[in-house]
Amino acid sequence: MTEAITLVVNGVHHELEVEPRRMLVQVIREDLDLTGTHIGCDTSQCGACTVLVDGQAVKSCTMLAVQADGSSITTIEGMANDGQLHPLQVGFWEKHGLQCGFCTPGMIMAAADLLARNPDPTDQEIRHAIEGNVCRCTGYQNIVAAIREAASLMAAGGTSAGAAG
Amino acid sequence: MIPAAFAYDRPTTVDQAVGLLAAHPGAAKVIAGGQSLLPLLKLRLARAERLIDIGRLSELKGVRRTAEGGVSIGALTTYDELGRDPLITTYGLMADVLPQIGDVQVRNRGTIGGAVAHADPASDMPAVLLALEAELVARSIRGVRTIPMRGFLRGPFVTAIEPDEILTEIRIPAPSGAYGSAYRAIEQPASGYAIAGAAVVVGRSGGGSGPLDRCAVALTGVGEMPYRAAAVEAAFLGAAGPAAAAAHATDGVTVGSDIHADRAYRAAVAAVEVRRALEAAIARAG
Repeated sequence: MTEAITLVVNGVHHELEVEPRRMLVQVIREDLDLTGTHIGCDTSQCGACTVLVDGQAVKSCTMLAVQADGSSITTIEGMANDGQLHPLQVGFWEKHGLQCGFCTPGMIMAAADLLARNPDPTDQEIRHAIEGNVCRCTGYQNIVAAIREAASLMAAGGTSAGAAG
Repeated sequence: MIPAAFAYDRPTTVDQAVGLLAAHPGAAKVIAGGQSLLPLLKLRLARAERLIDIGRLSELKGVRRTAEGGVSIGALTTYDELGRDPLITTYGLMADVLPQIGDVQVRNRGTIGGAVAHADPASDMPAVLLALEAELVARSIRGVRTIPMRGFLRGPFVTAIEPDEILTEIRIPAPSGAYGSAYRAIEQPASGYAIAGAAVVVGRSGGGSGPLDRCAVALTGVGEMPYRAAAVEAAFLGAAGPAAAAAHATDGVTVGSDIHADRAYRAAVAAVEVRRALEAAIARAG
């Protein structure tokens, strides 16, 4: 038994038939083949699966795809625009904000939610905003620096975090 | 991890939702944000033949001032929405607790009604609502009823909500006179759940600069469910200072014990958090 849903993912309209028990992350990865969104703990702890649903950071392992019916979703694949990296991606690149990279897509999406609400966060506000994202390399210092760098780049360039997708 | 298969309904009105619930007695579960229920379904600690998704019922979203000066919170209002609403954050203990519940992603999806109906014994919000002497509104095809928060919790994960009812609204009464409130907790670092959390509201019924003659203290994470600490309240109103009153935090309560906090430690930190919450609430009462 399946339900018909529509999702707009990174600006692309999709009509899908999904079993109600399937999580949003499974549909993103398996049906849409967008494997940049990672599954880490699969128990709503680690945040690797974070995507934006209607602009808000959500753990896509803890949202049914049917709950997202009609929503606009941004994944890490939707952040770069015409080959231009998003300021958050530039920040992570420049400040060595990743080591193994597994947590990075989720970190960036959580940071996008933060910068959309608070374009000039303090380090403490950045740390609070990524409380739901675990880096298994424990590279938090550089992740915080990367998000701070992105905030500076966006302030200088006038690009908004929510603009992609 | 994938839940066992279930049928799915997404009603568009509360009437439809309670009708569906009544039509599937014992077989259906209600899902709002899903931040408590989905992990349980995925781990197969819970099962449902049918999920009734009330997440789109806009009539259950939002905060408004009531005619009596209190606040009415739609059950589907998310923690994130509550944390940005001045009607809510004017209550000091709400401003304390909301930023520390879960994480950003959970607060974006998780609803106050879902958390209260789920009734996790270490959840923060039930203690806050106990201290605020909130009332809950439940609807079924049989009608609407109001349930005082005191008496709502029946045990771990068990509430007074009947199987055919949906929690629709949380009402917080207007604070009486000059008041102050605070929430203090020590969290288990990995889960974020309270090892001991204390919600306090103190106030002056006469307003102005009279003595603090109102005191409500509620704890979470300590016993088998959140509770009002009547012995602390009585001691405080009997002119005991915060530390002396807080020493009664676990009077008459079977204090829980687990790998994170044994009984003696949990009881000790419960008293500390009650004292801290009392001191902060008194300071805010001015």
